[in-house]
Amino acid sequence: MIRDFGIVWTERGLLLNGLANTAILSLVSVVGALLLGFVLTPALMSKKPAVSRAARAFVDGMRCIPFLLFAYIVYYGFPSIGINLDNWGAGLLALTIYNAAYMAEILRGAWVALPRDEIEAGVAFGFSELRLFRRIILPPLVLSAGPVIGNQLIQIIKDSAFLTIIALPELTHAASSIQSRYYVPFAAFITAVALYWGLCLIVEAGVNVLRQLADVRR
Amino acid sequence: MTTSNPVLSVVGVSKSFGDNEVLSDVSFQVGKGETVCVLGPSGSGKSTLLRCINWLERPDVGQIHLNGEPVGVTSGGVVMNDRRLSRIRTRIGMVFQHFALWPHLTVLQNLMEAPVQVQRRPKAEIRDEALALLAKVGLSDKRDAFPARLSGGQKQRVGIARALAMRPDLLLFDEPTSALDPELVGEVLVVMRDLAREGMTMVIVTHEMAFARDAATRVLFLDRGRVVETGPPDRFFARPETERARQFLQRYAGEGASSERTR
Repeated sequence: MIRDFGIVWTERGLLLNGLANTAILSLVSVVGALLLGFVLTPALMSKKPAVSRAARAFVDGMRCIPFLLFAYIVYYGFPSIGINLDNWGAGLLALTIYNAAYMAEILRGAWVALPRDEIEAGVAFGFSELRLFRRIILPPLVLSAGPVIGNQLIQIIKDSAFLTIIALPELTHAASSIQSRYYVPFAAFITAVALYWGLCLIVEAGVNVLRQLADVRR
Repeated sequence: MTTSNPVLSVVGVSKSFGDNEVLSDVSFQVGKGETVCVLGPSGSGKSTLLRCINWLERPDVGQIHLNGEPVGVTSGGVVMNDRRLSRIRTRIGMVFQHFALWPHLTVLQNLMEAPVQVQRRPKAEIRDEALALLAKVGLSDKRDAFPARLSGGQKQRVGIARALAMRPDLLLFDEPTSALDPELVGEVLVVMRDLAREGMTMVIVTHEMAFARDAATRVLFLDRGRVVETGPPDRFFARPETERARQFLQRYAGEGASSERTR
C-alpha cells in the first residue's frame, strides 16, 4: 500500500497539473456563471412577462438536465449544429452555462429576501434600471448570497470531474490515468479525493472572508 | 392655501389599491421654506400621499408639480420614462421610517452615493459637503462606520444627511421617528427642527404632535384619504374645525410631555 502511494508520488507532476486544470476550470466557470447570473437574475425578476418567462424556462430547463448529459451535448452534439469546440472550450462552456442557471436562481432567492426599503430608497434617490441594479441591489445581494455561491463553486469543482469523459486533463483524469498505468486505484483516487478536499477548504476560507464582510454590514 | 410660486403643488390626486380608495381628490401646495406636517389616524393615506409625490406610488389621477415642472406625467399627459422621472426624483429628498440606508456602504459613502452616481457632480465637492452634513447631524466620528453599527437615532440622522446631500428642493419625511425607541426620538427631531428654522421646504408625515405644533408652518389633517382640515398649527391644535380632528387630537392629549423632551 505504501508502495502504491510511492508510485503516485512519482507521478505527482501529472496530478498537480490535473489539480491546476481543475482549479482553472472551476474559477473561470464560476466567474462566467456569476456574470451570466447577473444578467439572468434581472431577467427572472423582470416585469415584462416575455422576458421573465424566457429566463425562467432556461433556468428550470437547465437545472433538470444531468450535467454529464449536458457536457455530452456540448462536446459531441454541438458540432452537428455547426459549433465545433475543443475539449477545453466545450468543458468551460458547459460548466459556465449549466451553473449560470443555478447562480441566477441563487441570486433571485437572495433578491426576493432583500429588504424592499433599501431598493426603494435607491429609486427615490434617482437610481433606475442598470444603475439601480449595479449600485444598490447587486452588492448586498452578493454579500448575502456569498455562502450559497461558495457552495455552488464546490458543486462546480465536483462537476468538473465529469469532464474527464471528454478527455480534459483535469484532476480526475490524471488520477484515472495513473491508476490505469500502474494499477494503483486506491492510492490514486484517494490522493485525488484529498486534493479535491483541499480545494474545497480554500473555497470555505474564501466564503468565511465574505461572511465576515457581510457581518459588519448586517 | 395658495402660494404664488409653490415648490410643490398637488392637484386632485386619487389613488386606490383594488377596491380600497386610499387617497381621494387630495390637493395642496407647499411654498418655499414651509414645513408642512401631515397628520391623521393610521390608514388615513398619509404615507401613500407622500409616496405619490415622488411617484414611488403612481397616482391614479391628479397632477404633481415640483417648481412648476410636472412629476410623473408630462404636461402632454404621457407617463414619463424611468430616466426622466429619476432626474426629477433627485430633486426630492426622502427620509424613510425604517431608515433604508444602503447596508453595503459606509455612512460617508451613503451620503455620497447618489450625488456621485446619479447627479454626477464633482466628487471632491460632494465629499466636502457630505462631511459638513455629518458634522451638522453630529455624526462626524461615524463616517466610516457601516449603518448596521449605528443606533436607530443615528441611522435616521444619517438618513436625513443623505437626503440633504442631494441638495433637494423638497424634503419628504415618512414617519421618521416611528421606528425609534422613545429615548432616541429627540435627537432626530432636533435635526428636523433646525432644518425647519433654516427654511428647508419639507413635508413631514408624523405622529409627533408636539413637533407639529411648534415646528410646522402648516398642518394638513388627513382622514380616510381626504384632506379634512388644513391651517396653521396654532389654530389647528387650539380650535380644530372638524369633529374628526377634535377626536383625533383628544387621543393625543397626553402628548404635552414629549414637547418638553425635544426642546
